[in-house]
Amino acid sequence: MTGYILRRILTMIPTLFLVSLLVFLIIELPPGDYFESYVAELKALGEEADLAEIEILRDRYGFDQPQYIRYLRWVGGMFVGDFGYSFEYRLPVNEVVGDRLWLTIVLSFITIIFTWALAFPIGMYSATHQYSWGDYGVTFLGLIGVAIPNFMLALIMMYFANIWFGLSIGNLMDREYLNQPMSWDKAMSILSHIWIPVVIIGTAGTAGMVRRLRANLLDELQKQYVTTARAKGLEPGRVLRKYPLRNALNFFISDIGSILPAMISGAEVTAIVLSLETTGPMLIRALQSQDMYLAGSFLMFLAFLTVIGVLISDIALALLDPRIRLGKGSAK
Amino acid sequence: MTVTAQTPNGLPEPGAPLGHFISDRAFDPNAGDGRSGAMAEASQRQLMWWQFRRHKVAVASLVFLLVLYASILITEFLAPYHQDSRNLDFIYAPPQAIHLFHDGRFVGPFVYGRSQSLDMDTLRRVYTPTDEVQKLRFFCRGDDYMFWGLIPADRHLVCPAENGQFFLLGTDRLGRDVLSRTIYGARISLTIGILGVTMSFVLGIVIGGLAGYHGGWFDAVTQRVTEVLQSIPSIPLWMALAAIIPITWSPLLVYVGITVILGLLDWTGLARAVRSKLLSLREEDYVLAARLMGAGSARIIGRHMVPGFMSHLIATATLTIPGMILGETALSFLGIGLRPPITSWGILLTEARSVNIIALYPWLMFPVIPVILVVLAFNFLGDGLRDAADPYK
Repeated sequence: MTGYILRRILTMIPTLFLVSLLVFLIIELPPGDYFESYVAELKALGEEADLAEIEILRDRYGFDQPQYIRYLRWVGGMFVGDFGYSFEYRLPVNEVVGDRLWLTIVLSFITIIFTWALAFPIGMYSATHQYSWGDYGVTFLGLIGVAIPNFMLALIMMYFANIWFGLSIGNLMDREYLNQPMSWDKAMSILSHIWIPVVIIGTAGTAGMVRRLRANLLDELQKQYVTTARAKGLEPGRVLRKYPLRNALNFFISDIGSILPAMISGAEVTAIVLSLETTGPMLIRALQSQDMYLAGSFLMFLAFLTVIGVLISDIALALLDPRIRLGKGSAK
Repeated sequence: MTVTAQTPNGLPEPGAPLGHFISDRAFDPNAGDGRSGAMAEASQRQLMWWQFRRHKVAVASLVFLLVLYASILITEFLAPYHQDSRNLDFIYAPPQAIHLFHDGRFVGPFVYGRSQSLDMDTLRRVYTPTDEVQKLRFFCRGDDYMFWGLIPADRHLVCPAENGQFFLLGTDRLGRDVLSRTIYGARISLTIGILGVTMSFVLGIVIGGLAGYHGGWFDAVTQRVTEVLQSIPSIPLWMALAAIIPITWSPLLVYVGITVILGLLDWTGLARAVRSKLLSLREEDYVLAARLMGAGSARIIGRHMVPGFMSHLIATATLTIPGMILGETALSFLGIGLRPPITSWGILLTEARSVNIIALYPWLMFPVIPVILVVLAFNFLGDGLRDAADPYK
């Protein structure tokens, strides 16, 4: 088991290395850098830029160095917890980011739990009642969930939440808790606000998961051991609970790998529309203003979150399923 | 069904009729196993078509999509107004209903005229219908346009009465007709998915083909890259790439750029499908035969293997188009995708950006309906194609 986990963690390293290369490439691609656009902007306003400060920053972050050195500095900094400097906020990235990273993790985590809680019973019902009206209805609703753009769903839900519950949403917490240290009240405030983004982001993921769970369970239900169990006179509910369902549970955990990237994508867009205090809105701002370290850190963080999520799901799967633990099959 | 007397062990009495039907015809072991008749002689394409036809929803989706794509060719003719024509007297005008009867008398399709006033309390424009009957005209002269950008024309399928208005879906903040803009938007939104998929298709076949056929280090590298690209959430990546596109680019170049971005990150799924299919097909006897006869790898892949899984590929590609359409919509909505004056459904939806607008002018959300329908249609079509791709099952 330890061997498996170690091997699995080792394979993460090349993945993360490639991700960091890709992210660096992307943030380096635009012509010019933040300072050029900043100075130009100030000039347009008729103000003088503090060239000395800019020179210091340029020097510190090696803007005159060749690219590979800058890459090494960037990656090296991340290992010791230095994510670079946000030029726009004039603060180290760590301070700018604040709880946003944590809130993103909390949001993703709760969304996954929500997706599970919803997809499991629906998928089971769909598979055991194949081609019934309920099955068709659920499938159709799921497809609609996939087809409606997340941002539209967010807007519409915002509207109805306002009309029906009198909630003014569009934040992850009440105003007075913004920029406050974490406290019990703040956590409660977050919990009372978080359900709307969770529902919005969850719909698309749930639909996909129900679909795959249904297909998976249907395959399982056609296998001979199920026929045998039935032929021996086991009652249908017990047959389902005892064998196919437990097999499908494995699938449930391994499916995180496929829904997590989609979920984080959806979470970013939704967060921008609802202006949540997660990574989304800040990421888009940073991308637009070429605040490269901030944008790069966010992209890296999101990729890292997915990779770690998949890692956890693989390890959990190995714990559950001896076939994987003993190296006889891969995670999927 | 006759009720038969049963012995205690559940079997009928000896000689009593059985409870189920038994055919008197002689048993023919060859009948109905699909190896005789039309099924046996049909070509693979025909089998696929038969299989596909059974999926009614997929057929309906195919027809729907074909009609939509055909409409791109005559966009200017179908739209009652030009996409940029403003009606300054009718800003944020709500949708107009089409009526057939006026005062109990049949007059054909018409709309009621409207008068505008300003509500001084809410500072909103209020449109009240008047009694004026404005008959719609068909195949009529309306806004000028350049058909296909070449031929000057002014014919429209339907236009408002002389000096009248016809806003079936209302107008936006500049008084532009939402229906016409949605029809124009279809051109961009529908083609961006096709162009993006074409690009990822080519990339997927070439990269997946090389990886699957040659294996070795190329395969290992491709596998890793695929894994990486699939593990990064696509929208943040799209956002990052879209943010790179210089502001100075013309809207048309931006369109090309966005298409390239959508295609660049999407080939991984196709490459995986190609690779796994090639790996299994590589072991087939006919491939060995071709190799023994001296065919090069390009010929073996192109002539013998690709046709074997093309149908699968097309099904997979069809299922990736909706993701691209939604991706473009999301990017444009966030303001980093396409830019006006190019009109796509995503651009149109940026008009419905805030909750206030949804509360006051809900008709601006209309372009989301074609988005949903097209995404659904592509999903159904892809499902049908996937089932049909393997007709021997």
